[in-house]
Amino acid sequence: MKLIIAIIQPYKLEEVKEELYKAGVNLITVSEVLGHGRQKGVTEVYRGVKETGNLLRKIRLEIAVNENFLESAVNAIVKGAKSGETGDGKIFVLDLKECVRIRTEERGSVAIG
Amino acid sequence: MINTGDTAWVLISSALVMLMTPGLAFFYGGMVRRKNMLSILMQCFIILAALSLQWVLFGYSLAFAPAKGFWGGFNWFALKGVGLEPYADYAATIPHQAFMIFQAMFAIITPALIIGAFAERMKFSAFLVFTLLWATFVYDPICHWVWGIGGWLRNLGALDFAGGTVVHINAGIAALVTALVIGKRRNLEGRTPSPHNLPFVVIGTALLWFGWFGFNAGSALAANGLAVNAFVVTNTAAAAAALSWAFIEWMHNGKPTMFGTASGAVAGLVAITPAAGFVSVVPAMIIGILVSVFCFMAVSVIKPKLGYDDSLDAFGVHCIGGIWGALATGLFASKSVNSAGANGLIFGNPKQFLVQLTAVAVTLIYSLVASVIIYKLVDFFIGVRVNEKEEAMGLDLTQHRERAYTILE
Repeated sequence: MKLIIAIIQPYKLEEVKEELYKAGVNLITVSEVLGHGRQKGVTEVYRGVKETGNLLRKIRLEIAVNENFLESAVNAIVKGAKSGETGDGKIFVLDLKECVRIRTEERGSVAIG
Repeated sequence: MINTGDTAWVLISSALVMLMTPGLAFFYGGMVRRKNMLSILMQCFIILAALSLQWVLFGYSLAFAPAKGFWGGFNWFALKGVGLEPYADYAATIPHQAFMIFQAMFAIITPALIIGAFAERMKFSAFLVFTLLWATFVYDPICHWVWGIGGWLRNLGALDFAGGTVVHINAGIAALVTALVIGKRRNLEGRTPSPHNLPFVVIGTALLWFGWFGFNAGSALAANGLAVNAFVVTNTAAAAAALSWAFIEWMHNGKPTMFGTASGAVAGLVAITPAAGFVSVVPAMIIGILVSVFCFMAVSVIKPKLGYDDSLDAFGVHCIGGIWGALATGLFASKSVNSAGANGLIFGNPKQFLVQLTAVAVTLIYSLVASVIIYKLVDFFIGVRVNEKEEAMGLDLTQHRERAYTILE
């Protein structure tokens, strides 16, 4: 089992979701986060006072998958989120130790999908 | 002779109409995605500031100085000759400047209505230039034709109590033009983004409804029975349209929504605007009930089919609602309500309906053609649209370098 964490552009969320559905991945968790990478954020000005290096809004996706879905899920995220510009985001893949479906108390691979 | 009661009412009405533009800002602002909230507020506020100056400098003169022809000319430049004594041809019992400042608020909110069509993708500099040109070359002439002394639609006998043609049809058709020329918002693929703050939409609607009493009842230009009639039918039509929209949704989609009810109220206020000083309370109900049917069709059925991206339905609500209101005035107007008006079709005067139809058609055609030319010119010289990255990041950050909401703290 793997846990995919992806940081993407907010406006790419719908495209990524669509690509994931196509790849057969229906279960995702989405949250709003702030961050900056090479883009170095943005400059904002409030009453003439400049604030540089402010953080940009990003979307963080968390998806737990079994190994046989890993490649297609990662490819789907790339396909949906890529614009070729700085700021497209990152995908991290982590080993996942355990997964429990609360309703049935099932554990492991069967609980993921 | 100045009447103190009339003067007080027109000044209060001017303040009420002024509040409609910030009200509209929240009505529209709540509908956009939150990365664009400030851009809507800013566009409305800048119009309030810029057109206040345009109006006292030359806008009022272009619209209201007596003249036959295209517009009123520059005789009243910088309010020369527009003093504190009444100007009887417009309003015999209030200072001329009271009439001027009341009209200023109409000149301000009209271009602000168009914002709904190009929301979330227009460059701020281009917006500012477009707005000033549009106010000068579209609003001021049409205002002169319908309300100015020597205006040819006024002489034709067209009835427009508070601005159905001048304000709503005019801005509504310009909205369709700008939505078509600027093109759809990017990265939506046919989806409509959810409004980011519906409570703001409701606050905006409440402020609009409140301000509209000044808009319509103030258009009597006196504290008299006609003002009361306008006040009562305005409230009635808004109420009927709000209920009507809610019930249409209930039948059509299974549940009535707050957003729909608010949209219905605004549509009702739009439709009653030209009729407020000419119809009684039962026609006002009919006008209100039916406007929601027409506007609901326009925004929920026709717009998705035709595929234009009028982001916040400035065309669907203001143009469609305005056309219905102007035509309904030709149906339901009655001399028993206003002896200075005319009877409509159902009171035995079919000619009035044709006059109304003419005024609607002229406004639609002129505003459409002039708006296309102005918008295309601005696009050619400045470019009306932000680039893809700016649109993705939002207009708040890219056009104003600030944001409406923080996530941390």
